[in-house]
Amino acid sequence: MARLSWAARLYVAAVVAVAGVVIARGPFAFPWNSWRDIAILGLLLVVSESTATRLSPGNLSWSANTTATLAAAVLVGPVGAALVGACTAFSLRRGPSPAQRAFNTGMMALTAYIAGRVFVALHGHVGVLNVKSFPGIIGPFAVAALVHVVVNHALLGGVLWLARNQGPTRTSYAGVNARLLLTDVGYGAFGLLIAALWTVVGPFAPLLVLIPLFVARWAVAQFAEQQRAYEATVGALCQAVETKDFYTRGHSDRVSRGSVMIAREIGMRGDRVEAIRYAGMLHDVGKLGVPTKVLQKTGKLTEEEYAAIQLHPMRGLDIVREIGFLDEALAGIMHHHERIDGRGYPMGLAGDEIPEFARVLAVADAFDSMTSTRSYRGARPADEAIAELRKWSGTQFDPAFVDAFVAALKREGWQRPEPPVLAADELATVPAQDHDDPSAPLRVIDSL
Amino acid sequence: MTERRHELRRYPWQVRDSGQLLLVVAAGVWLVASVAQTAATGVTDPRVAIAFGALIAFGEVLRLNLPGDRESAPVGLAGALAYALLIQVGDHQALHSAAQVVTVATVGMIVGALPHLAVGRPARLSGMAARLLCVACVAYIFRPLAGNAAVVRDAGLAFSLMTSLAIAALLLEAVLTALLRVDEQRARFRVALVDEMRLQLPLGAAVGASALLIAFAAEVMGLAALAVFTAPLLVTQVALRRYAGIRATYLQTVRALAKVTEIGGYVEPGHSERVSRLAVAVGRELGIHEPQLLELEYAALMHDIGQLSLRDPITGGATIFVSPQDQQRIAALGADVIQQAQVLDSVAEIVRRQNEPYRDVDPATGGSIDHPDGERDGPPLSSRIIKAANAFDDMVGSSLDPGRSAAAVQQLRLGTAREYDPEAVEALSRVVNRRSVIQM
Repeated sequence: MARLSWAARLYVAAVVAVAGVVIARGPFAFPWNSWRDIAILGLLLVVSESTATRLSPGNLSWSANTTATLAAAVLVGPVGAALVGACTAFSLRRGPSPAQRAFNTGMMALTAYIAGRVFVALHGHVGVLNVKSFPGIIGPFAVAALVHVVVNHALLGGVLWLARNQGPTRTSYAGVNARLLLTDVGYGAFGLLIAALWTVVGPFAPLLVLIPLFVARWAVAQFAEQQRAYEATVGALCQAVETKDFYTRGHSDRVSRGSVMIAREIGMRGDRVEAIRYAGMLHDVGKLGVPTKVLQKTGKLTEEEYAAIQLHPMRGLDIVREIGFLDEALAGIMHHHERIDGRGYPMGLAGDEIPEFARVLAVADAFDSMTSTRSYRGARPADEAIAELRKWSGTQFDPAFVDAFVAALKREGWQRPEPPVLAADELATVPAQDHDDPSAPLRVIDSL
Repeated sequence: MTERRHELRRYPWQVRDSGQLLLVVAAGVWLVASVAQTAATGVTDPRVAIAFGALIAFGEVLRLNLPGDRESAPVGLAGALAYALLIQVGDHQALHSAAQVVTVATVGMIVGALPHLAVGRPARLSGMAARLLCVACVAYIFRPLAGNAAVVRDAGLAFSLMTSLAIAALLLEAVLTALLRVDEQRARFRVALVDEMRLQLPLGAAVGASALLIAFAAEVMGLAALAVFTAPLLVTQVALRRYAGIRATYLQTVRALAKVTEIGGYVEPGHSERVSRLAVAVGRELGIHEPQLLELEYAALMHDIGQLSLRDPITGGATIFVSPQDQQRIAALGADVIQQAQVLDSVAEIVRRQNEPYRDVDPATGGSIDHPDGERDGPPLSSRIIKAANAFDDMVGSSLDPGRSAAAVQQLRLGTAREYDPEAVEALSRVVNRRSVIQM
């Protein structure tokens, strides 16, 4: 958010101003106890805010501050909640710019105030609870927590939309948002616990509550870290698989990216996009099962050699079968050389019989092959490759996915591979044909 | 796998080792006594008992498998501990007996295990027994005190008492689980205990805190506390489940991609898998802690990945029969590949140094130089283990012939003058002996 548009600045200013007005209107006639409670809850908020988890998409940060503000809404009412929310200003996190910090503070204060108002409007009991008052506040609290989360996300969504000038596309953010909303509501429940425990253990309540809170955060962080490590490792191993052939270096990675572009374009669900990403990376692993001399042969292939090439998707499947991927990814790897007209391999499936993943992979695979340099031709320009895809659309490729790919290419562009630079002693091991290239089909000796 | 064919058919009661059996019997006896007592005196506060029983059952349904094949039921355990630590529900005192706590916990666990049984996942009796014993200990210490006027009136006393009991219970569970692992995997007790504590500490803290939270909150909220507290612990559980899932996928992927060398004809089928299994067993024998054991497993699986960068496969792939220079080159190439991932640097280091001889060799005399003060920076233990395991598998392969194994071990022993770490070779010999005893 280095350079904010005017609209975004205006929006941030409005949020901060409204929050300020709401707090300034008071009333501030709290007893001493309430000031102590506000201070303790404010501290809790600062602690959880300062140790926020960073989320991968869009550099958003998320913290469990919902807990503190909602507890404050019950214990000291809307204005107290707004004051606790305003403690966001003291966050020790270095990341946010002054504008972000101001917005976060205003947003939290305003959100907390609105949630508090909802809680009061629904006749929730404000103040330290007793046995009689407790059951009555569950309903109002639940509604307040929901309102808190929704308002929070709406305000945040607004500023993101204005600052980046892009709508939250339904495919990439919907899944993340749904999960976030749910987690936030879960943390909101902690607020109720703190408020309830306040009667029994007093200000020790947040301390006790902090433990599960931090453990939950730790678990989420562990997951994220493990996932990053996993992706890095798969990427590195796929490169190892490609080291033998200079011309196809980076091919898996690009096919993976291309497949994800198509998948996003047609609005695939988040977990399936993940699966197709791995499928793209691993789609040619089976090539290792094909003898190198066949892959690198200059002349026409014999029937047996052609059969060996046709088997590579099956070999790939053999290798990755035991990985706990979605079955769809496995099907994609196995069938990525099928053709819509049924003349592909290894099974000769046609049309809708071919798994969706395989049809997506086929398009990205062929495109990358054509736009990369091969020993028998230079890299072809993207336009030419697109024309080629269009030409084979309906016979080799699924037209819907070709269209989706072209649309995504227009918007996002394509990072072409660098032309390969060969060391002198590597000239001998250059393949003369590429099984992925639709414009230069493998030449096979005609059987008699 | 070829080994699977040779595995003896054993009945479930034969698989269970002595320690597990003891634990299950102990829990069983205690349980029978408790149930009998509850039946005799009748159930106090059936409504509360049913609510907690339901929570425990729910937790058992949601039990999860953490990395290292650890079964865990955080929600269920927290519910059972909270039931044991309960002082007051709403405005009336909780007066249920310790026997009733054990009975309710057991019934909850059994009901919760039913859906697992229905889909063909048998209940792990030893894990349930360990959980039950912890709960029983806490219940039998705290239940008599819960009726005590001093405890009921003094919130501070109750708080400290309950906190220390919860901590003690979780420690007990760690000790019991560690004992079970010593029994199952032949790990050393001290190593197993440290691993257990380190891995279970965060989740254990969350379980303990949640148990205390419900026990206290029940005083204000009544039974609603059960519903409210479950949400946060569930967040942890969901994240941990996904974490465990990706950990498993990670290992499967490394295993699968290690097989690439086999399909490419570089090494014999099953080589990487066998070397990794043997290396992990040896590592455990030598008391390596679990995080390093995982690194050892990754390194052993990928120790031949450098062969992919060779132009022509080595015939049969047996690296032991290749010149030392080539071995070093393959190791270095493999390490480079792994290094690219940027998250497995220590694994890359293990792979890089997997061929270094154990002892420093004097180039003039050909004899080994001893560095008594350990000033030489020798290869890491994991590299030495892989070196021995790899050599063993190159000589023995998938054969299960005890004579051949013995000859290979003998060969390794001769090599300890220079190439192999004597400690690793002895540990390997113990592992191999154990294996052949089982097979005979």
